[in-house]
Amino acid sequence: MSLVPLTLLGLLEREPSHGYDLKRDYDAYFGRGRPLPFGQVYATLGRLARDGKVVAGEVEPGAGPDRKRYVITHQGVAEVEAWLAEPVEPEPHLQTVLFAKVTLALMLDRPAERYLDAQRAVHLQRMRELTDVRRAGGVVDALLADHGLFHLEADLRWIDVTAARLSSLAEAVRA
Amino acid sequence: MTGAVGLSSGDGSRGCLIEARDLVKSFGPTPALRGADLSVRAGEIVAVMGPSGSGKSTLLHCLAGILVPEGGEVWFAGGRVDAMRETERSALRRDRFGFVFQSGQLVPELTAEENVALPLLLRGVRRSRALQETRDWFERLALSGLEQRRSGELSGGQAQRVALARALVGGPRVLFADEPTGSLDSLTGEHVMELLVAASRDQGTTVVLVTHDPRVAAYAEREVVVRDGKVSALAGDPVRS
Repeated sequence: MSLVPLTLLGLLEREPSHGYDLKRDYDAYFGRGRPLPFGQVYATLGRLARDGKVVAGEVEPGAGPDRKRYVITHQGVAEVEAWLAEPVEPEPHLQTVLFAKVTLALMLDRPAERYLDAQRAVHLQRMRELTDVRRAGGVVDALLADHGLFHLEADLRWIDVTAARLSSLAEAVRA
Repeated sequence: MTGAVGLSSGDGSRGCLIEARDLVKSFGPTPALRGADLSVRAGEIVAVMGPSGSGKSTLLHCLAGILVPEGGEVWFAGGRVDAMRETERSALRRDRFGFVFQSGQLVPELTAEENVALPLLLRGVRRSRALQETRDWFERLALSGLEQRRSGELSGGQAQRVALARALVGGPRVLFADEPTGSLDSLTGEHVMELLVAASRDQGTTVVLVTHDPRVAAYAEREVVVRDGKVSALAGDPVRS
């Protein structure tokens, strides 16, 4: 299951909600500038109901289309629990664009070090922006910025190590 | 403030406050700097990055007048630092520069308050006035209540904040920080960096920050990389202004 339905399920485990409230909470915590369309919320809730992971309550009296409250089922809770407990697949770092660029640059006798420096500058600029976010924002923003910062830091360490090994790498790829 | 010898109060050449030109420095047969250039503008926060042994700390020590290069020039506020006598450089370090190192290097026999007051006392400021001036810094750096503790009674983060207060209490023009969070855990290190950047900006202090940690460097406005004793500017960052 992809991220959106699992996240909505998680929000429903917290408390039964209307579609509107789910969208509002999703956008606040996970949207980060990419709000979830209403259509996707209701389509997802429909699929979750069909699969027995949520049930929709009776239509409540009142105006507007959003008059059903959704409740997570035991099956839905189990799904959320399994998802949370399962580690995310580590990224296959050796297949990154950066790896391909460095290797190609060395193969083609182009200035790999300069490309790495340019990449380092872009990474550091992004880290500066995220550092500003974590300094200015609340704890949720800081947590998200930290995730980005640690990933960028890992890339930068890879860039540093690669830069230090360029001559031996060049020998290997040109052999 | 006792003025250091031969320096103007304004910025140096080419709009820089502090500048290294073609620095060469060796330790025995081992070259540490091989033609290093760096210009830092007044009020700027610059991170000097690079692998271990690349020469970044040597560059900082030459800029700060702790080491004298064998070749090249160091300029600060229009004065030639590398050509000064040791007593002049000592006065410069005491009056115009502040220092934070990896471990606080507090004087263990003194209380936290006396450690912070030390640069002022060494300048000849009366003890009562010096201690008065330190009080603001204890509040500013969230150290209130720790004034009477000795370094052994402080956590790593607290000791580093005391060291930061000591570095900034005299209102230095330049703060030199060499791996200031190197001995701290990640969260404590970030707290120290927050305070270092905020206090420096408040005072308009120029900061030269040596670090191998990109998360620390991200607090700076600009980064340069020292590699094999030379300074490389990253894309868009001129080494010289």
